[in-house]
Amino acid sequence: MADPDLPRREIQIYRVHDCLLIAIQDDLDDGMVIALQDSLMQRIVSSGAHGVLIDISALEIVDTFTGRMLAGIARMASLLDADCVLVGMRPAVAITLVELGMRLEGVKTALNVDRGLELIRRSLRPVPVNAG
Amino acid sequence: MQDDASETIVLRAQHDITRVRRALTLLLTRASAKPTEMTKFVTAASELARNTVLHGGGGTATIELTRERKGFRISTIFEDAGPGIADVEAALRSGFTTGSGLGLGLGGAKRLCEVFELVSSAEAGTRVRISSRVGLR
Ligand SMILES: Nc1ncnc2c1ncn2[C@@H]1O[C@H](COP(=O)(O)OP(=O)(O)OP(=O)(O)O)[C@@H](O)[C@H]1O
Ligand SMILES: [Mg+2]
Repeated sequence: MADPDLPRREIQIYRVHDCLLIAIQDDLDDGMVIALQDSLMQRIVSSGAHGVLIDISALEIVDTFTGRMLAGIARMASLLDADCVLVGMRPAVAITLVELGMRLEGVKTALNVDRGLELIRRSLRPVPVNAG
Repeated sequence: MQDDASETIVLRAQHDITRVRRALTLLLTRASAKPTEMTKFVTAASELARNTVLHGGGGTATIELTRERKGFRISTIFEDAGPGIADVEAALRSGFTTGSGLGLGLGGAKRLCEVFELVSSAEAGTRVRISSRVGLR
């Protein structure tokens, strides 16, 4: 169901110290999420990374669908013993998520990449995430 | 810029939801909407567009920007000829879903906009209109 008018990019995975970093640039769709889950989980295993930072500073919109996708990725990463931290959430997005009633349970957040790295270093273990 | 603008987008698949978001973002930027106004409205629209595609079997989104005495008014009407919502009150409640979602979209969209009107029946399908004032100085 690719739309020729909309550029389709794969999401790049970068290595930062002992962590992996991905930057979400645009709307996530099912196909992109599945591809990302796949390659990210592979990379966690092959690199032995202890943490994953998901940078969402480019996102003006996080709706329930995107929120659910991000929480799912965080849950998968934690099964592979990698802490996942959502970094760079815009204030308007935080306000909107609360009004939506979207909880992002079990997902850690940090203001920026540096703070996210710090959080992972301190190696706080995530609380187990419930399905949903 | 022209003061008023309107556009209808056909909603059939996931990428059409993206189109609605982009069209709204463009208009709201032109209307000098504040970041929070923009994110709230576009998020509400994104939820309703997804409902139109997933639950309504597809439909249309009609976007309208009109100038008001101060600032602008952004409105979007979502229409489908799908099965309708049997119990609207229940559907608006957090956590109510007949699908695999979280059941947050409809009630959340209502909270995110100033105006939320929903008309739904098994015969005529579902029509939701949302609207907010933006870019007030
Ligand atoms: N356009 C529509 N046509 C028919 N039924 C609808 C429509 N929109 C919503 N509904 C019904 O209302 C319910 C609640 O919608 P809501 O958007 O709140 O939750 P959801 O779409 O199931 O999950 P989420 O939006 O959290 O991913 C849906 O499960 C569906 O049964
Ligand atoms: Mg929904």
